[in-house]
Amino acid sequence: MDITLIPGYQYMPELVEMMLKIVFIFTMNVGVFAPLLGYVERKQSALMQDRIGANRAAILGFTIFGLWHTMTDAIKLIAKEDFIPEGADKPLHFLAPFVAVVPALIAFAVIPFGGTYYLWGHEAHLIIADLDVGILFIFAVAGIGTYGAVIAAWASNNNWSLLGGVRTAAQMVSYEVAMGLTIVGVLMVYESLKLTEIALIQEDFFMWGIFLQPVGFLLFLACALAENKRVPFDIPEAESELIAGYFTEYSGLKFAMFWMAEFVEIVTISAILTVLFFGAWHIPFVTHDGLLSLLTSVVGADIGNLLLMFIHLAVFWGKVCFLIVFLMLIRWSLPRFRYDQIMKLGWKIILPLALVNILATGVILLVVK
Amino acid sequence: MLNQYLPIIVMIVAAAGTAIGMIVATTLIGPKKSFPDKDEPFECGVSPVHNPKSRFSISFYVIAMLFIIFDIEAVFLFPWAVIFQKLGMFGFIEMLLFIFVLAVGLVYVWRKGALEWE
Repeated sequence: MDITLIPGYQYMPELVEMMLKIVFIFTMNVGVFAPLLGYVERKQSALMQDRIGANRAAILGFTIFGLWHTMTDAIKLIAKEDFIPEGADKPLHFLAPFVAVVPALIAFAVIPFGGTYYLWGHEAHLIIADLDVGILFIFAVAGIGTYGAVIAAWASNNNWSLLGGVRTAAQMVSYEVAMGLTIVGVLMVYESLKLTEIALIQEDFFMWGIFLQPVGFLLFLACALAENKRVPFDIPEAESELIAGYFTEYSGLKFAMFWMAEFVEIVTISAILTVLFFGAWHIPFVTHDGLLSLLTSVVGADIGNLLLMFIHLAVFWGKVCFLIVFLMLIRWSLPRFRYDQIMKLGWKIILPLALVNILATGVILLVVK
Repeated sequence: MLNQYLPIIVMIVAAAGTAIGMIVATTLIGPKKSFPDKDEPFECGVSPVHNPKSRFSISFYVIAMLFIIFDIEAVFLFPWAVIFQKLGMFGFIEMLLFIFVLAVGLVYVWRKGALEWE
């Protein structure tokens, strides 16, 4: 059979590439990071608190540093009863984890995890959807995630859930404002909303966001932690006063979905920080073309491009992993802020500082030009 | 070229499929034992005395309203920021006025005490 007779034949390579990238990102987020981060968090807290940590689960006496715990956790969550309390709004109780996890999974679509490579006559872009409004898409999708928490809180018919949900809503909208204003400085410097363009400019080590927008980076980091509801901003799910906040009445896989959403958000936040402030997939002082010509001279153009792709993937995910560990370090180092302190930080400190950052960036850019 | 939004649609379908799969799995697998005491909303072992769907602090409503105002302002800044270097001095002064109005609003709600939590 002649393959060129199939309708849409000319789109086949692009479709295959698209599916491969989506499968890759899903595998990384759902298959690798979501289960592994639970383990990493337990192990890191054990390390920091001088405990031994997750090390009991064993198969034939082999514990492999407690890694079986990721598997036992998954089996336990699947086998648990799905509990819905009396008086709960059943349809909404089912809808909430769905609304929480779907935005978390699709936000990664606009984040570039590598450059452009020419493989055997095919041009591969390592980004799922290269939108012109990449950053806006992430903000929009992250905004939907708030609904998940609020719906969960309302549907549970539980005082703790509702308190957690109200706190979540107010905290997340407050920090969304601050985050939006913080990012404006970055946009002014790079003149684009497209994440691939922002990443390409950072091929030059001294154009990295962390050097051009140091204040913006610190403010963005604080806002990102607050949006993710992590310590020190975890008052919406403060276990000592609200049990577990908005997901108190969730069990089994529905609980696991909130948990998964939170861990996938950490990966996404780390990836955004990498692309905006840490040079995306670029190695400091090594250009794409320079490394490519070196590789090409040794192993040929196609293999060279393939090798370069794997090197860039390793660099990008290495940076992401470093930032994840850094975020978890913050998680286990700081005490929890009070709610009034969180609101004060968001509205009275970060928001004015973000405005000053915009003005300062504008003045400096005008003077330099 | 394929439409650049096609991958996002595929991604939404895949994410929704994963989520629905997990919800269906958790309702099918796992024990189903219910009795009245267990079905009560969790309240540290005592019966709930307070209906959660009642009033809560007005401050949360105020924050929601402020969010709408300031977030729209932030969205107006996005397109300006992208072409800022082309606009030069003119665009900067124009936006300076806009940010000044925004800042006056912030000072007003600050002085009114809308950002205070007791």
